Amino acid sequence: MNRSVRWLRLFGRGWLMHSKHLASSGFFVLMTSVQPLVFASLAFFLFGAGRPADALLDAALGAAMLSVWSTTLIGSGQALTLLRAAGLLELLVAAPAPLAFVLAPITVATATIGLYAMVSTVAWGVLLFDLPLRLEHPGALIAAVAVTAFGLGMLGMVFASVFVRLRYANALTNLFDYPVWLLSGMLVPVDVLPLWTRPLSWLLPSTWGMRAIRESVLGGRPWFAIGICLGLGTGYLGLGLLTVRWFSTLARRRAALALA
Amino acid sequence: MTGLRVFFLGGLLSYRALFNWIRPSVYIPTMLANPVFLILFFTLLGRYSGVAYDAHFVVGNAILASSLAGVFGMVMSLANEREFGTLSAVLATPANRFALFCGRVWPVVVNGVFVSAVSFTMGIALLGVELPFSAVPAIALTGLITATSCALFGLALGSVGLRVRDLWVGSNLAYFLMLLLCGANVPLSVLPGWLAAVARLLPLTHGIQAAGALAAGGRLSDVVGLLTTEFLLGLAYGGLGYGLLRFFEAEARREAVLDRL
Repeated sequence: MNRSVRWLRLFGRGWLMHSKHLASSGFFVLMTSVQPLVFASLAFFLFGAGRPADALLDAALGAAMLSVWSTTLIGSGQALTLLRAAGLLELLVAAPAPLAFVLAPITVATATIGLYAMVSTVAWGVLLFDLPLRLEHPGALIAAVAVTAFGLGMLGMVFASVFVRLRYANALTNLFDYPVWLLSGMLVPVDVLPLWTRPLSWLLPSTWGMRAIRESVLGGRPWFAIGICLGLGTGYLGLGLLTVRWFSTLARRRAALALA
Repeated sequence: MTGLRVFFLGGLLSYRALFNWIRPSVYIPTMLANPVFLILFFTLLGRYSGVAYDAHFVVGNAILASSLAGVFGMVMSLANEREFGTLSAVLATPANRFALFCGRVWPVVVNGVFVSAVSFTMGIALLGVELPFSAVPAIALTGLITATSCALFGLALGSVGLRVRDLWVGSNLAYFLMLLLCGANVPLSVLPGWLAAVARLLPLTHGIQAAGALAAGGRLSDVVGLLTTEFLLGLAYGGLGYGLLRFFEAEARREAVLDRL
């Protein structure tokens, strides 16, 4: 088996294992099942009265994306903290496989499980808030969901590589929830933010993933956003490979992996 | 005298030992920065939805921020005894149980007030919200009463930690419920009647309503009823929590399951 096939296999098996592991965690299931419903209900109550039907569907998608980001972020932070607490982080760093191929399945698995929020939020809206359903570009939606999971997973890997050096990585995850929700235009359009925040929004795959999903469902030209999201995901993959190597080398050199 | 010592010193020591987020590297992002971003997010969302004015969201979410300290801080102060393996030693002491358990409330209240004050100040400064200066002392009193009722609610939640294994799920669930129902982000008038009734049974709701009225120019005398209800609700949760703690302690001794995880 050549090297690239081995790495792909490692990624696939890792993704499957972490998906199963996350799906059996009570805390993670709560985050992916209850949090989106809370934010969706909040959005429905706030946007419900006297708004066009599309605005409600838009709010549902935005609320779902909030949770996709939260789960990706929490998954990345928690995974590293738990691996460190269990004494497994040193073993994984010392393993002959590249650390990036160990971390990427974790972050992509969290993003994938997080996508469950999208289904549950829309179902919640239909069942309880008479949310009208429509789907303009089904094919584009599949691509949009896939590139969003990829893009967020890769950004999660960059975060995870930084978290390798931090003992309380999960505390930092609390810091990035609301800013990214705002910058990505998930429930609040980015137009209401100051102009200087715009470049930050463009750098986030969640901005383009949100736009791609929104335009796939409500109508528009989703393929542009899908392309940008894919490009950003690939960029973050490259950056993640560099930062994983840099931070893990730093942790090895200072013998600070377990104590970081 | 010993009871007072256990109440104040014991409470402080247990808080320093058991509150996981006390290190600055965790405290600052979790307890200070996160509530400020919470205020920014919901105020901008409120502006966009047009449901209420900025001051309502800033004041409401600053009060809501004390629930982070109240719910999670109190749950950690009680449930971590079992998690860290110190519960049997604590319960073996002859110390007055009221002082032992309720002494853990006051550091949580102090922290809740501090978190609310920082969030309030930052929210006002960042969003340029104008409030009459004369309303600030009354809003501060509201913050103190609400932080107390939140901590007492946390006592009730944390008491379950003597019996239930994973309290993070329960405490997060309670926090989400307060986020949705307490009126900081969705006015009670927008909620269906039955949900508004549930909201009125939760801590924060009356306090946030009072703070909103004060921010809109109301006087302290106008909100005395709301503040009294908030305080009495907190006392009821505190009584429930203390009763549950004594019940679970007696049950755990009888069934020899004190440290069962």
